[in-house]
Parts: sequence; structure tokens; C-alpha cells
Amino acid sequence: MAVVFKGTKGLTDAKSHYCPGCTHGIVHRLVGEVLEELGVLGETIGVAPVGCSVLAYKYFNCDVHQAAHGRAPAVATGIRRVHPDKVVFTYQGDGDLASIGAAEIVHAAARGEKFTTVFINNAIYGMTGGQMAPTTLVGQKATTAPLGRDPKKVGMPMRVSEMLATLDGAKFVERCTVHNPAGVRKTKIALKKAFEMQIRGEGFGIVEILSTCPTNWGMTPVDSLKWLEENMIPYYPLGNIRTPEGGDK
Amino acid sequence: MSKVLMKGNEAVGAAAIKAGCKYFFGYPITPQNEIPEYMSKKLPEVGGEFVQAESEVAAINMVYGAAGCGARVMTSSSSPGMALKQEGISYLAGAELPAVIVNMMRGGPGLGGIQPAQSDYFMSVKGGGNGDYFMPVYAPASIQETVDIIQEAFDVADQYRTPVMVIADGMIGQMMEPVEFKDVPHRKLEAKTWATDGTKEKRKPNVINSLFLEAQDLEDHILKLEEKYNLMEANECRWEEYKLEGAEIVIAAYGTTARIVKNAIDILEKDGIKVGLIRPITLWPFPKKAFDHIDSTTTTVLTVEMSRGQMIEDVRLALNGKLPTAFFGRTGGVIPTPDGVVEAVKKLVGGAK
Repeated sequence: MAVVFKGTKGLTDAKSHYCPGCTHGIVHRLVGEVLEELGVLGETIGVAPVGCSVLAYKYFNCDVHQAAHGRAPAVATGIRRVHPDKVVFTYQGDGDLASIGAAEIVHAAARGEKFTTVFINNAIYGMTGGQMAPTTLVGQKATTAPLGRDPKKVGMPMRVSEMLATLDGAKFVERCTVHNPAGVRKTKIALKKAFEMQIRGEGFGIVEILSTCPTNWGMTPVDSLKWLEENMIPYYPLGNIRTPEGGDK
Repeated sequence: MSKVLMKGNEAVGAAAIKAGCKYFFGYPITPQNEIPEYMSKKLPEVGGEFVQAESEVAAINMVYGAAGCGARVMTSSSSPGMALKQEGISYLAGAELPAVIVNMMRGGPGLGGIQPAQSDYFMSVKGGGNGDYFMPVYAPASIQETVDIIQEAFDVADQYRTPVMVIADGMIGQMMEPVEFKDVPHRKLEAKTWATDGTKEKRKPNVINSLFLEAQDLEDHILKLEEKYNLMEANECRWEEYKLEGAEIVIAAYGTTARIVKNAIDILEKDGIKVGLIRPITLWPFPKKAFDHIDSTTTTVLTVEMSRGQMIEDVRLALNGKLPTAFFGRTGGVIPTPDGVVEAVKKLVGGAK
């Protein structure tokens, strides 16, 4: 019988702790598949963040450093400088990357560090129970914004990809979504491009992936996918923002 | 090998490179800037890498990345910068990563000043970061001793899989002294099979981690760390004793302060007052045994520091009530003079004899 789908070697057999309907699982699989398909799994070192994906070191089937909150890009810099010939990636959420780790991601991108960042934007702090993130949408309720995000008090949500794309060192910047099958396919293509660009030694790459958090959004998984499409995509437009010269978008 | 005249900060860099340090991550802060400057010039010559980080926080986390890969790596800073590094130091201790961290201390609290001080004793020795951990802390008193200790520190770090701190003050960093880069004896070290260098799909993934969500797992991990600390306490204590025999007063002092104290001791000797010195070279593990060597003639142990009294707490614990203690210190970047120490001793013994 022909095999039409199988698990990727890029992930371990560990049972994941993610909530039902959370899209972290999809993105983990895509990263694992890309590393496997590129044949670099045995040469890859990942960096796990603090946040919902803090336990990513149990799931990726490669060497991993678990980093302090927000510091994954600094840890990846240290790894990259020791191993210029390996494949290095960070996997970070929006609280980790856009809030406490804003300095680290900006300067890693500015230096053009040759690693790939997988950035999960679900517009909320998941692990700590639904607090407001830099990416929380205007009016979106969070446990620390009970009346919804008020831009007069806390400003507008950050568009991290657009900000990083202003830096010359950030050679590949793309925003994707995993709320529908077409989005999942495009996300995988973007991840592959970002890793390929790293392997060619061209500079820093980031793929921002719009994701859901049914538990802390207080919605069913299906409603969450719909909410992402109707609310996040209008504010966080999808598509390639920057690609190395000569590269196809 | 002949002696060379070198500034302390540059000697730190040269000693690290001689010890096989290939990576340095740092951030500018006075009075240690010559260390990153030296490393930025010299590391590329030996096939290493220097990165000026965006902050001390980033620098120590770059160290965490490189150390996890099994590389010999160092960072340096001065007091306010060291405060920022504490997060990463705690992670290094938790994930059992070897690295060497140098603090050229200046006065504090806050932005403080840029003159020499020893007011980071508590932060260095008592666990400046969160959690149940210790790490070896060395306090050299000369540039020669700094050079020797920096080289050994890399071996100690690898042997115990621990961060190692070397604390000196701005005087050591900024002054010049003749130094000899001797071949220090190397320890027998195990291969770093735990390091992240890619599985080659032939072994299970190596994970660098300090997270243990199950309380029992974390307690077990801390008890494993404690076994290492017990070994270090048994094997790594180091100190210097000076003129303890027949001493009426014994002074406890470390680093450059101990050199000033030695001058004071020689002045006091001429005045007929016998004073000895215990100079801890490791501040952690603290050389408690040295205080067992105090002569029965001694009436008081005087601790002299460039702070308002931090090491004195460990001196009291080491004495465990056996002798009365006293303190003399200058702080905020003011350096104690030999005359100041002489006066403090004379007050204790009831004036000149």
C-alpha cells in the first residue's frame, strides 16, 4: 500500500503539551519536515524560548538550547559563531520575541546573524494565562487588558516583521498563517526558503506565523481560526516583505 | 619565558587566549574596556570570534550559546554590567555550562562610580542570580596572579561544568605590572559529549536546559549540583597566609586590598605590633580552613575591604565565634591607605606600644 502521509523524522515521539486546537503543533511539524527534506537535521541546533513553546526542546529531533526569556537570538548568535557550518534556528512567541526580547531580535537581525527565526504570533501570552502581548489587537481582551487593548494607554500592536525588514541584515522576512490548508502550504514554502537562505550564508531570516490560542482567546478551535482570519490578517498583512536580491518571492 | 610589562585588562585577554578561549562576547563599561578591545583585535588572529553585544544581558546569553556548543568562552564587565549578567549566570549554573566571567569591580550601588571597589562580594559569592547555586569565585591580587588564575579558571569551569568568576578591581584592570605567561599545569578533562554540535542523526539530541517542571526533578538536579559544590569546597579552596605566627591581630583581606594590608603589616612590625594576614584567593569556596591556622596569640580578626563590610560575614562564619572580629573599610572608590590600616589596628590594640 502506498504511504500518503507519515510523521517527520524532524520531530521526536514525545507527546506534546499543547492545548487542543493550538497551531504550534502544525508549525512544529512544518519545521521538522523542512529540516528533514533539506537533509540537515543532524547538523541543526535549535533554540527554544520561554513561553508556550518552552518545551520545544523535547519535540524537535535535533540538538537544542533552552534559552532565557527573549534571549534566544543572543543564544543563537553564540551558537552560530562557534558553528558557522551548522543550521541554527530560534522558535519564539510574541511575548518572548516582541516584548522582553525586542533588543535581542533587533540586533541579531541588524548584525545579519545567519540563523532563522520562527516567530509565532498569536496576539497573546499563552503560557502565563492570557496576558496582553505587544501584538494583542486593539479591543482584544486579555487578562491584563480586561476592557480590551486601549491604544491611548498602551499604543498600537507592533508589526514586528515590517520593523525588522527595515534592517539591512534581515534578508528574508515573510508573514504567513496556518489557519487554513493553503496558509499551511505557503508557510512551509516560506520556512524552506528561509532555511535555504541561511544555508547559503546570506543573512538573517524570519518567518512570522499568525497562530491561534483557543484557550486564552476563550474560543473553540474552529472559531479561533475564523477569528484569526477576520481580525489578525487585516492588521497583519500576509506575504513576503523582504527577500534576498535575485531570490524569488 | 621572559616577563612582559602589561596592563591588567590586556593581560586578562592574553591569558584567556593562552588558555584556549576562542570566543568573547562583551559590552563596553569602564574600567574593563581594554578586555573587549584586546579580544576584538586578537581573537580573529587565532581563528576565534568577538561580538560586541547589544547589552550585557545579550552578551552573557551569547556566552550561554557558545558554551553549550562546548567552546571555551569568556565575557567581562564591571559592577553595574555584572548585575545585568546575573540572569545568564544563573542559567549557566542551572544548565551546567562552563564559562569564565571577569568583573573589574567599581563602586556602587546604582551607577556608582568608576573607581576601584570590592562592593560586589555579595553579588559574586552569594548567588547574584535566582536560585540555589554557587560557583567558584577567584580574587587575584596581582596581574601575575590574574594571568595564572584566568588560565586555570577555564580548566576548573570545564572540570566541574560550571561558570567560574574572577573578580578584581579597577586597580588590577588599569595598572601595569611585569607578567610571565607560564605554562600552567592542565587538569585532566573529559570530552564534552554533552555539547550541541549536531546529532549527525547518529545519537540522541543533546539538550542544554535548566528547566525542570516537576518539583522532584528540580530538587534532584539541585542535589546533583550540590555534590559538585561539595567537591569544590573540598578541593578548590585557595588562600595565602602571611606572618600568622605569633600575631596579635590577624587581618582578612583579598585582592589589591591585601597588598595594601601587607604594607601596613610591615609598618606595624617596625612599631612592635605583630599582625598577620589571611588572603582568600577563592572567595567561593571560602577558605574556612585558613582560620584554623590562626595562632593562639591572636586576639582579634580584622577584616579590611573596599566596601562597608561584605566578606566579614564569611570571616565570622569561618571563625564561628572563636575570636572577636572587627572591620575597617573604605568604599565608593576610595582606596584604603596603609596608614589607615595601621591606625585601625592600633585602635584595636589600644594605641602604639
